[in-house]
Amino acid sequence: MSSHDHDHQAVPSDLTLRVKALESLLTEKGLVDPAALDALIDKYQHRVGPRNGARVVARAWIDPTYKQRLLTDGTTAMAELGYGGAQGEHMVVVENTPEIHNLIVCTLCSCYPWSVLGLPPVWYKSAPYRSRAVIDPRGVLREFGLELADETEIRVWDSTAELRYLVLPERPSGSEKLDETALAALVSRDAMIGVAKVTMPSRGVGA
Amino acid sequence: MNGVHDMGGMQDMGRVECEQNEPVFYTPFEGRVFALNQAAGAWRKWSVDAWRHKIEALPPADYLRMSYYERWFAAVSELLVDSGLVTRAEIESGQPAPDSVKQVPALSADRVQLMRRSGALSKRDDKIAPRFLPGHHVRTRNINPVGHTRLPRYVRDKQGTVERDHGVYVFPDTSAHSLGEKPQHVYSVRFAARELWGEQASPRDAVYIDLWDDYLEPA
Repeated sequence: MSSHDHDHQAVPSDLTLRVKALESLLTEKGLVDPAALDALIDKYQHRVGPRNGARVVARAWIDPTYKQRLLTDGTTAMAELGYGGAQGEHMVVVENTPEIHNLIVCTLCSCYPWSVLGLPPVWYKSAPYRSRAVIDPRGVLREFGLELADETEIRVWDSTAELRYLVLPERPSGSEKLDETALAALVSRDAMIGVAKVTMPSRGVGA
Repeated sequence: MNGVHDMGGMQDMGRVECEQNEPVFYTPFEGRVFALNQAAGAWRKWSVDAWRHKIEALPPADYLRMSYYERWFAAVSELLVDSGLVTRAEIESGQPAPDSVKQVPALSADRVQLMRRSGALSKRDDKIAPRFLPGHHVRTRNINPVGHTRLPRYVRDKQGTVERDHGVYVFPDTSAHSLGEKPQHVYSVRFAARELWGEQASPRDAVYIDLWDDYLEPA
């Protein structure tokens, strides 16, 4: 087993029973509504995720005035597309350029922009990422297969307060003819955290 | 608190293991714990700062051993008791006490999609003058509070430059311990990687950290 396996899969059976017991107690006391729990789970499994952020990025790529608004006041610009709410109340968007690469982390816990990326992946919440992103960002990016030139300035954003960060990746060359929907489909979650770049699909693969 | 949660700069935690196409929740346990935290939090009996501190205060060996949502489960169980919403006896028996009065849930299913944590928002409209302006050079204070703080160890007693004023926010160090909101400005402060890590760091790289007025002194 790799070291991160203990971060999720193995849930001791007594824990599963204990959470069921707690939910049942809270329901009996009228403190929670099981239907609300179902709706919350459904919301983050099916409605709120990185497709939201990808729409924001694609809009910024095709509309320079939107991009300006997004970089000036991320919260308001995202609200234009209907995105806000929990862990998206105070948004800051940081732009990648040929000279600057941005990377998001939360060293103290696992702060993450839920409203546009959904809930964070296991690796983002893991000790290896939280500890090393600030001291060795180039080494961490290499583990994601991203090698940056020495000349590139890396800016690491440690989410210590209530601001939540989203990386606006560089638009890939060769994407000039794509429309907003096609552009959004290129944008990965990892690119909006800053551990990947956005690339065009390689030719000859699929349709 | 100089706890194990304050991980920035540690080097012996291993490689970052990235799994493709991982599910939002690996098990029903994870989803239920996530949702229970949100729904119980809707009672607004505790601040996000108190919630974070509860997780930080787990014994270090437990913190490292427990999965992410196990920590959340431990935190919400403790906060429910601390806040008086349930008793320890009720958690142990799984049954409401005989004199328990049935409440109406603070969060109903039809309100989930509209959920805005407005009451939990940490931004304040108080007209407080900022102590620093963008471009100002600042030094972080060398403090080691035993309670909650959002000033990571790796950035104490370091010099940086204020890049942006984010406005006025609740101060976590007091809010977590019910000692008042103490609203103050939060700034994005740029630190050269070499200021934090010395010559081994790239001369071009930087770390941006959001810091409250009380963490900063003029440099």
